[in-house]
Amino acid sequence: MFSYAIRRFLGAIPTLFIIITLGFFMMRIAPGGPFDSNRRLPPEIEHNIKAAYDLDKPVYQQYFIYLGKLSHLDFGPSFKNKDFTVSQLIADGLPVSAELGLSAIALALLLGLTLGTIAALNQNRITDHSVMTVAMFGITIPNFVTAPILTLIFGVYGVSLFGLDLSLPVGGWNNGAVRNMILPVIVLALPQIAVVSRLIRGSMVEVLRSNYVRTARAKGLPNRLVVFRHALRAAVLPLVSYLGPAIAAILTGSLVVETIFGIPGIGRYFTNGALNRDYTLVLGVVIYYAAFIIVLNLLADLLYAVLDPRVRYDQ
Amino acid sequence: MIATGASIQNAEVMMRAQVVQGRSLWVDARNRLLRNRAAVASMVLLGIIALMALFVPLFWPYAYNAVDYDHISCAPDWWPEESVMCRAGGLHIFGTDDLGRDLFVRILYGARISLAVGLAATLVSLFIGVTYGAISGYIGGRLDEFMMRFVDILYSLPFIFFVIILMVVFQQNFFLLFVAIGAVEWLTMARIVRGQTLSLKQKEFIEAARAAGVGTFGIIRKHIVPNVVGPVIVYVTLTIPTVILSESFLSFLGLGIREPLTSWGVLIKDGADQMESASWTLVFPAAIMAITLFCFNFIGDGLRDALDPKDR
Amino acid sequence: MAPILEIRNLDVRFSTPDGEVHAVKNLDLAVGEGECLGVVGESGSGKSQLFLGAMGLLASNGRATGSVKYRGDEILNISQNRLNKIRGSTITMIFQDPLTSLTPHMTVGAQIMEALRAHQNVSSGEAEKRTLEILDLVRISEARQRMDQYPHELSGGTRQRVMIAMATVCGPDLLIADEPTTAVDVTVQAQILDIMRDLQKELKTAIVMISHDMGVIAGMADRVQVMREGEIVEAGPVDEIFYRPKHTYTKTLLDAMPRLDRPMREGHVGLSPLSTISADQQLLNVEDLKVYFPIRSGGFLFRKTKPLRAVDGVSFRLRQGETLGIVGESGCGKSTLARAILKLAPKSDGKVVWCGRDVTFSNDAEVRALRKEFQIVFQDPLASLDPRMTIGESIAEPLRSLKPELSADAATQEVRAMMQHVGLEPASINRYPHEFSGGQNQRVGIARAMIVKPKLVICDEAVSALDVSIQSQIVDLILKLQAEFNMSLIFISHDLSIVRQVSHRVMVLYLGRIVELADRHAIYEDPRHPYTRALISAVLTPDPKAERSKSHDRLVSELASPLDTRAQLAFLKSHMIDDADAEQYRPQLQEVAPGHFVAEFDPE
Repeated sequence: MFSYAIRRFLGAIPTLFIIITLGFFMMRIAPGGPFDSNRRLPPEIEHNIKAAYDLDKPVYQQYFIYLGKLSHLDFGPSFKNKDFTVSQLIADGLPVSAELGLSAIALALLLGLTLGTIAALNQNRITDHSVMTVAMFGITIPNFVTAPILTLIFGVYGVSLFGLDLSLPVGGWNNGAVRNMILPVIVLALPQIAVVSRLIRGSMVEVLRSNYVRTARAKGLPNRLVVFRHALRAAVLPLVSYLGPAIAAILTGSLVVETIFGIPGIGRYFTNGALNRDYTLVLGVVIYYAAFIIVLNLLADLLYAVLDPRVRYDQ
Repeated sequence: MIATGASIQNAEVMMRAQVVQGRSLWVDARNRLLRNRAAVASMVLLGIIALMALFVPLFWPYAYNAVDYDHISCAPDWWPEESVMCRAGGLHIFGTDDLGRDLFVRILYGARISLAVGLAATLVSLFIGVTYGAISGYIGGRLDEFMMRFVDILYSLPFIFFVIILMVVFQQNFFLLFVAIGAVEWLTMARIVRGQTLSLKQKEFIEAARAAGVGTFGIIRKHIVPNVVGPVIVYVTLTIPTVILSESFLSFLGLGIREPLTSWGVLIKDGADQMESASWTLVFPAAIMAITLFCFNFIGDGLRDALDPKDR
Repeated sequence: MAPILEIRNLDVRFSTPDGEVHAVKNLDLAVGEGECLGVVGESGSGKSQLFLGAMGLLASNGRATGSVKYRGDEILNISQNRLNKIRGSTITMIFQDPLTSLTPHMTVGAQIMEALRAHQNVSSGEAEKRTLEILDLVRISEARQRMDQYPHELSGGTRQRVMIAMATVCGPDLLIADEPTTAVDVTVQAQILDIMRDLQKELKTAIVMISHDMGVIAGMADRVQVMREGEIVEAGPVDEIFYRPKHTYTKTLLDAMPRLDRPMREGHVGLSPLSTISADQQLLNVEDLKVYFPIRSGGFLFRKTKPLRAVDGVSFRLRQGETLGIVGESGCGKSTLARAILKLAPKSDGKVVWCGRDVTFSNDAEVRALRKEFQIVFQDPLASLDPRMTIGESIAEPLRSLKPELSADAATQEVRAMMQHVGLEPASINRYPHEFSGGQNQRVGIARAMIVKPKLVICDEAVSALDVSIQSQIVDLILKLQAEFNMSLIFISHDLSIVRQVSHRVMVLYLGRIVELADRHAIYEDPRHPYTRALISAVLTPDPKAERSKSHDRLVSELASPLDTRAQLAFLKSHMIDDADAEQYRPQLQEVAPGHFVAEFDPE
């Protein structure tokens, strides 16, 4: 398995290279540049700025310059956020987005696994139908609707239950205080909870019908053991493949949540960068994203092999 | 057995008359689908929404872009909140927006665009995805490896990156917006079709067709495609809501439809902005969109159960 | 003596989207202390659902009503907790397919110990000791190591023994075995049945043996219940049922069962004698055919490929009108051989001569022309028909592609005629495969193969998936058609009894090589190779007395991996080089009598 991991890593290098190349040229194909604005700059100033960022050179030269810098992990300066390098922006924003994202995934796993299993165990009964209907809400309602609604309920109106004040801050990061994280994490987690519980229900229903679960029941094992020891491990397999890309996406930040809750994450920088042709910033985030996907997919495959001993990678 | 020519002919005629019409798997699936109450109700509801979007604006007393400065952000008459600024009156059954335009007819116009986006983008993804997946899966070998590697690479680029680049390239062209989204959504379709093709290729009936002398193209056309259609239809019904959601996300970024045209995404975005003072401008578009997406999902689930009955 | 298990008025119903299915109808049954009750029936008879229902193991859409008493206490539809005190402890079950019936992500040791510790308060050390003992009892070698292995790492026979171990570790009163040998090869089947017989004797465990195979029942059961469509049609002591059956269904079952000791099939279509005129007319001549599949294996950065020798140098000839039977256990390469001859699988080496023409390097067009002359009937009748095509379209498919000059009307006429020929109602030409039974679908498959009037038809396990009563009808049909069209057949099967009934000559394959090839009587009456002998000795006959007195000449080693080059030399160890990757000597065929070829083997 170790040699498999090494082989996968080596195989990822050309993939990453292609992604960088693709990303670089796709950005340049888009018309407009980072310093086009409504205000016309005097030509010489514009020229100077472009020269400072090597934008006056032909695209292919820019590409090689970029690759050269990248080879010693220099992502270059941000075009739009002056005085910042891309590495600084990512170092500032990524941990924030990652903290939110990982909390949301953890919450989604906890709730999604529980709800999905409960639904599968009560297949086609009322519990199942209600869990699945609620899950459908999670999938069909966009987060820029849930975010303001939750803001309204917990922030603006303020809710108190049994005399407990349940109002929550609706914006700001406050250096990652737990109270500030609750609403954004919930908003991020809702659709993931829905997807996870639907996935788990589907695979769990299948596994519960399998011959080996029948054998486990025939052995007289209590239900708890049948579900946790025999069924659950096989039922989470589809989830493992889903989680790789899902975590990568959520780690690199959500524009909507970060905008609405005013959180200094990487998602906002990224989307604004893409809109404003901040080439270096966008490419930097794309490279991080792709690297996350590659690593997480590898981890998912290895985890798969741990969960299912039939999967072997040395053959 | 002794039989005269005439009696043989008679028997032939009799036999022709009695040929039993078999129940194809499609008929079975349709019957199962029609027994699924949630799916049937969803189809009816979706049909009503689509028909209203098509025809109601033709005779509705308000135009979608008619501005009424006397009724800015007015609640419908039946709105339960007491503290609203004004009541819209008349046939403004969903109230008016911040320019005094009738929200009901705007939602119907938004439905036209959102549904059209969903359908068009899904068709694009269907076309690219099925072609790509079937070729990759059936031909296999190195070509398959190469084609799937390419899909993996595209998967490793963030969705927003694609859409924004494509949007910018196509200068917010209304029609190309569909194509752009479809061009991103085909990846999963291609994977599904490829997987199905690969498993079909192992089936004995494909081998039987080869033994019967059917060529590669004939096998793809007569055996692979009809058997892949089922899972593809299911995925199509689940792609449409995904695309509608993506469209609404683009509208949130301000990259969607331009005024005075509108889509559900635009309406929801506008509604969210003034939710505290005029909550109905969020509630109605969001509810209609959620209902529509619910319908698509129920139909998709129903189709999946109907086409693959062991899966319930 | 009071029965251990007493079932009264048991009904099992399933609610399906297409209506209710009444699987078991008002059934009574009792199992006494230490006896073996055989429950025999064809697919759909409800024999498995009966016991799943009694033990509360039905699928979620199933419902059992009536009464099931264990030593006088009602256990049907009682609470899970109370039921779990009996299930797996005093009444245990083993199932048909040991690979899917064992949890894939748990070691077999853990699964056995879990069964023990769920019912008895034992320490983990004690549990381990008991598990080792029980593995020993079911004759698993190197039990210590096996305990830490996962099910997929074991052979089919070992897996089924693990199932038995798991079901006996608590010392049950009653063991319910649901088709325990259906998914394993004949030689393994014989070993499994031996183990179960010994367990019954040593531990005084009562056994319910559920099977479709009269041979299995004959060798095991004290009493027999014959089931059909959810009801018991006949019950009685084993000798009564086998020697003096009363019900016509029991008689049909016994009559339809192919028997190695009765090759002539009284009352059925017989094998037509080979006409002497065509004696020297070679239809097919296969020389040194090899099919290797590259298998990737380990290595740090660069993977090695290793050939899997599915077919490894097979030569034979076939005359017009002749039937060659090919027998062998799973993994012996018999299906691959068929596909290589038909050019459905790529061959690695060797020569195929068809009617004197070398077709080894035919191009696509030539292969298409050849398809008119040789056709294939597949094992699984449903899987070999496109579910979205009417059976008429399926039968017409070879006509359409191989005889495109035929008009649509003429093609339909031919399809109807062929349907009548194979015993299908031409009126059902527009029906779909899922509306047909397995037997009917297999008739469709035969009609499709026969429609172009081929000279050679390969039947690849064509009757193996069918119930015995259907099986004999299909065999009748194949023999009838063969006589009518004077075609040659290659009849591939793992069932030696059927092969003897339908073949002029029989070839025994072991790991891609011929071990014995002879006239159909010679090979059964005078088998020379130890592998052939073991195969024949493992065949069961539906004759209780014969089964009881049979001396068991068992093959010790199980079928080895075709990736291991040593495996082919299992019977010629004197020539073996002890290295799994080395190029080995191949046992050569020697003619021991006219037309009787045997591969070299070490004398014992």
